[in-house]
Amino acid sequence: MSQLIQLAANGQANIVADEWTRVVPPAAGEESVRKQAGKVVLFKLTGEQTYTAEQIASTDIPATGKILVPLTIWQARKDELQPRLVAGELGIILATNETAEALQAEFSDLNTLPLIAVFVERFADGRIFTLGNWLRTRFGFKNELRAIGDVLRDQLFFHKRAGFTSFLVRADRSAADALASLNDFSQPYQGGVADVPVWRRITRA
Amino acid sequence: MYKYDPIDQQIVNERVAQYRDQTRRYLAGELTDEEYRPLRLQNGLYIQRHAPMLRIAVPYGLISSKQLRKLGDIAKQYDRGYGHFSTRQNLQLNWPKLEDTPDILADLATVEMHAIQTSGNCIRNITTDQFAGIAPDEVIDPRAIAEIMRQWSTFHPEFALLPRKFKIAVSGTEKDRAIVQAHDIGLEFYKDDQDQMAIKVWVGGGLGRTPILGTVIREHLQWQHVLSYCEAVIRVYNIHGRRDNAYKARIKILVKALGIDEFKRQVEEEWAHLKDGPLTITQNELDRVAKYFEPMPYKTLPAHDASFDAAVASNPAFAAWAKRCVQPHRVAGYRAVTLSLKPHGKAPGDITSEQMHVVADLADAYSFGELRSSHEQNLILADVQLSDLFAVWQQAHAAGLATPNIGLLTDIICCPGGDFCSLANAKSIPIAEAIQMQFDNLDYLHEIGDLELNISGCMNACGHHHVGHIGILGVDKDGSEWYQVSVGGKQGNDASIGSVIGPSFSADEMPGVVQRLIEVYVRERQDEERFIDTVRRLGVAPFKAHVYAEKETA
Repeated sequence: MSQLIQLAANGQANIVADEWTRVVPPAAGEESVRKQAGKVVLFKLTGEQTYTAEQIASTDIPATGKILVPLTIWQARKDELQPRLVAGELGIILATNETAEALQAEFSDLNTLPLIAVFVERFADGRIFTLGNWLRTRFGFKNELRAIGDVLRDQLFFHKRAGFTSFLVRADRSAADALASLNDFSQPYQGGVADVPVWRRITRA
Repeated sequence: MYKYDPIDQQIVNERVAQYRDQTRRYLAGELTDEEYRPLRLQNGLYIQRHAPMLRIAVPYGLISSKQLRKLGDIAKQYDRGYGHFSTRQNLQLNWPKLEDTPDILADLATVEMHAIQTSGNCIRNITTDQFAGIAPDEVIDPRAIAEIMRQWSTFHPEFALLPRKFKIAVSGTEKDRAIVQAHDIGLEFYKDDQDQMAIKVWVGGGLGRTPILGTVIREHLQWQHVLSYCEAVIRVYNIHGRRDNAYKARIKILVKALGIDEFKRQVEEEWAHLKDGPLTITQNELDRVAKYFEPMPYKTLPAHDASFDAAVASNPAFAAWAKRCVQPHRVAGYRAVTLSLKPHGKAPGDITSEQMHVVADLADAYSFGELRSSHEQNLILADVQLSDLFAVWQQAHAAGLATPNIGLLTDIICCPGGDFCSLANAKSIPIAEAIQMQFDNLDYLHEIGDLELNISGCMNACGHHHVGHIGILGVDKDGSEWYQVSVGGKQGNDASIGSVIGPSFSADEMPGVVQRLIEVYVRERQDEERFIDTVRRLGVAPFKAHVYAEKETA
């Protein structure tokens, strides 16, 4: 069964087939666990390189079908990928250490992309929420925005409010169970990308 | 105080249901430790040295008698019959069972309480001055905005998993009692030259491993924009704050790395997109919330009360208490009373279930049914008539809540330390208790005068040791517990970080070390000079010399 949850225009959440093939670079050769001040480095910092040139060059890209491609691979191999974009078969994956500005620099109109996915390596990386918010509000992206990677049901409510419209739940968890979490709270206090703060929605006594 | 409407109640109820299911999944093995961790932390649940610890939110330190009674009952039913007030004005239970925590939260929800975001890498409980609304030096009562900020920050969709915890303090007085400079964001409310409420915004302060006082990022912010401005600050932090090293992940490190000018540039750029948007607080919303914080129905009373004056004149014990534990009030004939949770020889900030009931009864009888907790870990009856002070004292005294030591050396701020906390390097409570016993002579204590002594069991600085006039930090050296001493720290408008005086001491040396610091002060002080002022005038050298000279000859 598919692990992809998609929000319909009416807000209804459904489990749907995933039409997109995610392009994944091969693992880096000799990247050892970095240590700093005795603590294992857990997250890439914003602005840090996402993939090495070697990884980018040796990534297999399927010849047909809809593909989701990391931003760095698009940047390095755009000539090869351009026709796929034109055919509506190309979506971009933004890592949480990459910036919305970097994406904007490649696609001045983000809406030429049918799909943007934000990849979160570890669920505790809250940058995904700010990226979602920015893509929707500041950069005006209107098409499908997908959370992928270490995506767990307890974050879906936040993902949704930060502008995500689809969620690829981690493979070892049940997407069917996760559907319920989208409605954990019925009337949030503060606004999200699609709603305003409670005091502007409702007259409170 | 603020009263829940159906929306507030629904959010808290839904949180209980969500957390109940999360805990069920964890206990059923459907969530790993690592996955459950941020979920439980955002509900105030730590896994501690002996048992879980549950931190219950007391927003900006305000609590009703009904709520306090419920806390007493919860501590009795689910814990060992006592709780601990923390420096974030919250109440901690040290011995709950994990399986019981959903029921505890459900019980809390019946009295409009919760444990939301008392921990975790999110926006924590907002703190303020315990005398907000009644302080004679108050310019603006910050509580309504604090409540609006509590709501804005609750389950904020963007800031649930920040690089690190995020603390905000608000203050509206001339004399800062909320340590705004020691917070990730400090908001100082004032009246601008148009007589409008405005906010001075501090950013990047914090204690812990790297103590830094905050920097002013904006001198003048119109109150309507406080949420959008904070959102801009936290958004920049969320993206650019370090996540690779927990010790360098606080906003203060980012502000320092970028420099305040560059940080401010990024915040202002972000804010330009948010300013005047839906986050702008409307006058209607401020008015709606502010009506819960309107002044209490005070009587018109004379400024003096003959029975109070007579009691002070005839009863030295009452007089000593009135001098230290009774604070001024903006309304004539009223005073604020601080109930000391620092009896000598007991863990600072601890209160039993029975005492919670006594305090709740006192609040109902003498202070409009409301209480405050302070970051100094005491409880306050904010609105007591002068003529009732003697009765309050008698009842508080009988319950062990009237030690006349507020603001004195034994009014120690102290974290739970190695007795409870799994982060701690050393015990802190026994050090506090030993110092309290060393200075158990109340006359001597009063003669020493205003002195703040703060103890932390590790560099996370929950005991705010950096800003204590005397600060004590537990350190681990080759597996044994030692204590590093600093002097010259201070909270308030002219806040400062204390200087370490030299090599650390063993636990049993600590009362003697404090004694020797006091000896230097008593010898050197001029007129009415406070300890901190003597330190500032002389520097740490004479203190250091005396403490270590004694040590060498010993």
